[in-house]
Amino acid sequence: MLMRYRFEIGCVVALLACFLITQVELNRFYYFAGFAILQYVLISTAWNILGGYGGYINFGTAGFLGLGTYVAIAMIQFYGAGIIEQIIVAGALAGLLGLGIGYITLRLKGVYFAIATLAIAIVLETFVNNWDYVGGAAGVSILPPRTPELLGITIVDRKGGGIFYNNKEFLFFLMGALAIMSVWIARTVEFGKLGRGLNAIKDNEEAAECMGVPTLKLKLIATVISGSLMGVAGAVFPSYLTFVDPPTAFNLEFAVNSLAMPMIGGTFTWIGPVVGSILLGTVQQVAIVTISSEINLLIIGLLLVIFVTIAPHGIVGWFMKKNK
Amino acid sequence: MAEALLKVDSVTKNFGGFTALSEVTTEVKSGERFGLIGPNGSGKTTLINCISGTLTNDGGSIIFDGQDLQGMKAHLRTAAGITRTFQIPRPFHSMTIIDNLKIPLEFVSASGRPQAEIRDEAMSILETMGMAEKADEETSGLTQIELRKLELARAIAAKPKLLISDEAMAGLTGNEVDEVTQILINFNEQGMTIIMIEHIMRAVMQFSQRVICLDAGQLIAEGTPDIIQKDKGVERAYLGV
Repeated sequence: MLMRYRFEIGCVVALLACFLITQVELNRFYYFAGFAILQYVLISTAWNILGGYGGYINFGTAGFLGLGTYVAIAMIQFYGAGIIEQIIVAGALAGLLGLGIGYITLRLKGVYFAIATLAIAIVLETFVNNWDYVGGAAGVSILPPRTPELLGITIVDRKGGGIFYNNKEFLFFLMGALAIMSVWIARTVEFGKLGRGLNAIKDNEEAAECMGVPTLKLKLIATVISGSLMGVAGAVFPSYLTFVDPPTAFNLEFAVNSLAMPMIGGTFTWIGPVVGSILLGTVQQVAIVTISSEINLLIIGLLLVIFVTIAPHGIVGWFMKKNK
Repeated sequence: MAEALLKVDSVTKNFGGFTALSEVTTEVKSGERFGLIGPNGSGKTTLINCISGTLTNDGGSIIFDGQDLQGMKAHLRTAAGITRTFQIPRPFHSMTIIDNLKIPLEFVSASGRPQAEIRDEAMSILETMGMAEKADEETSGLTQIELRKLELARAIAAKPKLLISDEAMAGLTGNEVDEVTQILINFNEQGMTIIMIEHIMRAVMQFSQRVICLDAGQLIAEGTPDIIQKDKGVERAYLGV
């Protein structure tokens, strides 16, 4: 019985671990770095729902993420929305973007789809650059509320009394919870009818359609789920960075990482993106402080080349002997 | 004989300036074993692509089971009862053999039923194909005949009223051709209407009750295997004399 629910138990344990980490007073940097890694767990898990299960390579991660970021900023500017509201609205709008983009581009196959999605980030970035309400090209500073509350409970209070000591710890926990939620969603998709249909599409789309799989519908659902989760990841960004400008929010690095991490971890199952993003995310955070932040893409690029040639099914595939 | 299950009326398909099908009209009766022959490039596969919905015909109409298929997506045609196999087998290569069969079962014929039932159903289809012991193997290890049988098994799992077999026997040995022909005859006896596209004349003539022959996108002959074999036009199309 316990074995049957081991995934659910694992989720709860991971969530508790995230919480406990916030209660031991570590150097603030660890929460900052941990947030970035957890954010990548969320982003690459989201990417993998369409890219890994369905085989549709999405280069538009930065677009969905940036949309989420700027929806959150606009909501803060408009009426000082709380973080949970920002997440919900950003997720919904990014999902809608997925539906719209998907409807236009999912008729394109393979590399054509990838190129079309690449344009999303560029179009949105140009739009935001010219929208002064959210800071325009100059960027915008966000002041997080001093004592944020949720449902009447004080979450962060430096004088004690709140659940978390500071905002970084709270955001770390929040991102942990969102990442775990995304993994749970991805796993539910994978072991459900949707996941099996997406797999058939990845293997051979025409055969899948002829075997009764409603290919366009399944691809749209996957794009909506995937885009929505990316938007959620973006929504927490303004609170975390406190200063956001378009080149940060629409950084192409997100697109590269969100596809490299699942590929290095293994795209065929939910644990692949988790392994890939924790591993690479950690390497990147270490590289930022020890070498330079510019070395990141080089590391990712080299690892990607190595894995694509030696272990095309990623780390998880390597251990599961998938690549015999 | 029974009424027409499939009516193809003046179906035309152009690729740019090239006419792949030119006003092809024919019908397939319910429960019939129907042969479709013609030299390479004559439009056989284009015709079944139009019937199965992977291509859209530019002119004419296709009526299946009283329903006009115009504008209907391929997966809905499968649900309506038309399933086809592919000339070059297209297995879902990341799945095991039984999982390949579960796709049409889950999405069409056994939609909404519990996984255990779907697995049993898939297993019983594999048994009729003589592939039960391979159920949990990957598709990459299959031989040519096994791939062909998997392609048929997966199509049959959709429980079609009309099965279109596109060159299911290409590349098989004589015994294997007989084996696949027998499988198709067995399913026909259970009430499945079958269109067989084939280059192996022995098989298609032995199997079919009625045959049509296409040449350069036009229907040039229609009749029983005996009539087709004696037809001068068919002879000319194949031998160019």
